[in-house]
Amino acid sequence: MTETTGIPIAPAGSAATPPAGQGLPQGGFTASLTSRLVILIPYLWLLLFFLVPFLIVFKISLSTTTIAMPPYEPVFSLDAGLSGLLAGLRDLTVDNYLWLTQDALYFNAYVSSVLIAAVSTFLTLLVGYPMAYGMARAPASLRGTLLMLVILPFWTSFLIRVYAWIGILKPEGLLNQFLLWLGVIDAPLQIMNTHTAIYIGIVYSYLPFMVLPLYASLEKMDFSLIEAAQDLGCTPTAAFWKITFPLSLPGVVAGAMLVFIPAVGEFVIPDLLGGSQTLMIGRTLWNEFFANRDWPVSSAVAVILLLILVVPIVFFQRAQARAQEG
Amino acid sequence: MKSLGSIRRTFAPWNNPEAKPYIVFDGVTKRFGDFTAVDNLSLSIHEREFFALLGASGCGKSTLLRMLAGFEEPTSGRILLDGQDLAGIPPYRRPVNMMFQSYALFPHMTVEANIAFGLKQDGMPRADIDRRVGEMLKLVKLEPFAKRKPHQLSGGQRQRVALARSVAKRPKVLLLDEPLGALDKKLREETQFELMDLQQELGLTFIVVTHDQEEAMTMADRIAVLDKGKVMQVATPAEIYEAPVSRFVANFIGNVNLLEGTVTGREGSALRIRGASGGEITVENAPAGVDHGDVAFAIRPEKIKVSPHAPAGGAGNAMEGEVYDIAYLGDMTVYLVKLADGQVVKASALNSARVTENPLTWNDRVWISFAPDAGVVLTR
Amino acid sequence: MNASLSRFNIVSLVAGFAFLYLPIVLLVIYSFNESRLVTVWAGFSTRWYVSLFSNRGLMDAAWVTARVAFISATVATVLGTMAALALTRYTRFRGRTLFTGMVFAPLVMPEVITGLSLLLLFVAIGLDRGFLTVTLAHITFSMCFVAVVVQSRLLTFDRSLEEAAMDLGATPVRTFFSVTLPVILPAVVSGWMLAFTLSLDDLVIASFTSGPGATTLPMKIYSQVRLGVTPEINAVCTILIAIVTTGVIIASLLNKRREVQRRRDEQAALRN
Repeated sequence: MTETTGIPIAPAGSAATPPAGQGLPQGGFTASLTSRLVILIPYLWLLLFFLVPFLIVFKISLSTTTIAMPPYEPVFSLDAGLSGLLAGLRDLTVDNYLWLTQDALYFNAYVSSVLIAAVSTFLTLLVGYPMAYGMARAPASLRGTLLMLVILPFWTSFLIRVYAWIGILKPEGLLNQFLLWLGVIDAPLQIMNTHTAIYIGIVYSYLPFMVLPLYASLEKMDFSLIEAAQDLGCTPTAAFWKITFPLSLPGVVAGAMLVFIPAVGEFVIPDLLGGSQTLMIGRTLWNEFFANRDWPVSSAVAVILLLILVVPIVFFQRAQARAQEG
Repeated sequence: MKSLGSIRRTFAPWNNPEAKPYIVFDGVTKRFGDFTAVDNLSLSIHEREFFALLGASGCGKSTLLRMLAGFEEPTSGRILLDGQDLAGIPPYRRPVNMMFQSYALFPHMTVEANIAFGLKQDGMPRADIDRRVGEMLKLVKLEPFAKRKPHQLSGGQRQRVALARSVAKRPKVLLLDEPLGALDKKLREETQFELMDLQQELGLTFIVVTHDQEEAMTMADRIAVLDKGKVMQVATPAEIYEAPVSRFVANFIGNVNLLEGTVTGREGSALRIRGASGGEITVENAPAGVDHGDVAFAIRPEKIKVSPHAPAGGAGNAMEGEVYDIAYLGDMTVYLVKLADGQVVKASALNSARVTENPLTWNDRVWISFAPDAGVVLTR
Repeated sequence: MNASLSRFNIVSLVAGFAFLYLPIVLLVIYSFNESRLVTVWAGFSTRWYVSLFSNRGLMDAAWVTARVAFISATVATVLGTMAALALTRYTRFRGRTLFTGMVFAPLVMPEVITGLSLLLLFVAIGLDRGFLTVTLAHITFSMCFVAVVVQSRLLTFDRSLEEAAMDLGATPVRTFFSVTLPVILPAVVSGWMLAFTLSLDDLVIASFTSGPGATTLPMKIYSQVRLGVTPEINAVCTILIAIVTTGVIIASLLNKRREVQRRRDEQAALRN
């Protein structure tokens, strides 16, 4: 197998048992131009547009803000040469991080975001699990349609659907009108601009992300296991907690990660449905950037947010990788 | 003239020292991690042979086939095709075609397009492709189904499409991976003969991988019995059946009785063997140079005669026993006879007459007897 | 596998779907509201649809959005399919763990982080913000979604089809285009549709990475929502929903028809 410079492609796999069809083989003659390109092109794209930007964010989080374009210094450029680079490096500072620790706003925002995301994830699980379970138990002919119905709202605009909730949750909104008309309440409920509105918003928007992996997991389950358990004396509830739930755990984890992680940094929902009382870090970052024009501080906020999320993200990736092999 | 088995074979290039083998596996080893699938295996296959690789799953037969096709490279050793080393040559440049176990028909193409696929890759002119595809369809009798897609065909029809597709390019060697596995019994029998006819007609070399010994015995000119990546024996079906070289091969094909004992002496070409109970048998067909030690005499059930009376005057080896179990199979009857020393011997008799006089029953006292050359002596 | 739906199951299904669809239904209804107020029904009217078409700002934004979505979806599908191939076919290459990480991370990455980082990249390399930068940003996060969809299809793909093609003389490239791609095409197409929707719908990343003259529809809607809504927004949304719903329904009807036809073919084959 000839190896030229570039990404070396190792010979065929080292499985413990001989693999059945292997398709496009991994041996010598595939260390060819096409296979290298197939790997290199998306690799380079992601390196340039995903990884490198993170490094830049980190670098800018160590810069100071100025009234200039771009609104930070130092600005590294090739004209300044190596000495300019070194001078610039000396200008880097951790002031922005210190600034974040001094103002309680940021700390509260991080904590609040994680808490809101956690609660919302839990609520989404509460709403999504029965739906996914119902879908998995539905007759096979119906399942396709149900699946389509779950996915359909996803194809319509997220922004629009959140916006629709404004009309429902406002003091003069439809929910209050309905409840007043029913006579259940005397005065309009103040739901907008509270945590509750955000919970509703997140649950609503992220529901498909929870239902789909849960459904995929539950659909694979052999329900005769439940029957066996009941035959052996288990009550339906106990059977659920002892058998169904543990077997659906991969789906629960996947769904939870797909909701929790993005929810921590969510912007649109707290911006439209929340108010000044609801602190979420996504909004803080947005304001720092667009309102205060403070790029270095926004970058520092982003870096810390990323650090907080690194653990769940890696956890998610490991779970995905394991699921792909299984 | 005498020959092993019941068929006179005219085609036997392997017996000709002048003939150069067409395909050679030379010390081929294939390892997957710590698992050795093929272990220093050497094998030669001649042109126009119908060759079978026979063995249980995991014996390495499929791996051998895939290495010949080019989907795996040997860890060590060489594979030669018509004298040329195939190392490093990708599957799309080897003059070898394969018929897959799952047929692997392209689901989005019609039967015609499937068959034409290989011809298109070679850049054959359109008219020639159409002609060849027509020939192939006629060969496998699928002309009315030309425009159908695989999912519109039955299992047997799909198999024939796969076959047509694999011979369309007239490869010198056709590899067949468990070709009859997915068919039901009746179809399987018909197809076995069809494959043999096809091979003769097209003059190709066929290499079949199978775990079904009946299939191998029916179709092949020669069979290689494999176990754990090694060749146990390569021979014609008759030789494998009547002259196995080891207990493994004897057990693998058909039914066999292994009468264990120790050699007590030699009488010309015959060996005297004493069994555990003290009884002695005199048998032929021992490997050269064996005159002492533990051996087994392998004899097939149909070579053993069962009779309620002792055989007349020393006509061969005879032992007394009791009928332990009987199985009536219609075309034959199988007797399990327990001998004095507790050994159980299986004997079968063809029911060539409709009505039997004095048939045997359970617990009858019987004599089993066999000729001295009715089996072979095995040392391993 | 029995499929009995208990009352609890039915209730939770109905309640769940009602929850999902209620806001959409209300949105559609109020797009036909005569009155400007979202909460007071004043009679059926299509005036908002009419005024929508003379709303220059919204129309321009819609056109920008459509173009960005189409281009980014197409490029993202190509890149995502390549990434999926790289992940499933080549199990050993240097930096594979990093590559896997980069493909899966954007699925969960908060959009504010992605948006900010991409903007800072564009500034650092001196690229003016506008149509190009928005498209590049959308391609980047969409390709990961496409990769996941195509990859899960490739995992169940019967590799012996590719081996058969190569055995018959097709090079790996020819094999991909003649055999693999046609068979996985439904997954690739749903990847494209997913990428298209993600792009169509994106607000946060577009806000960071877009520039003058390239305002997308979500950006426009968002700015108007902040100011105070006119039901023109409802009208736009209803049109979008109608388009998407029709598309999805047609796709699933076609799918169902194909399934029925296929089953009928298989029955016919057995009878032959």
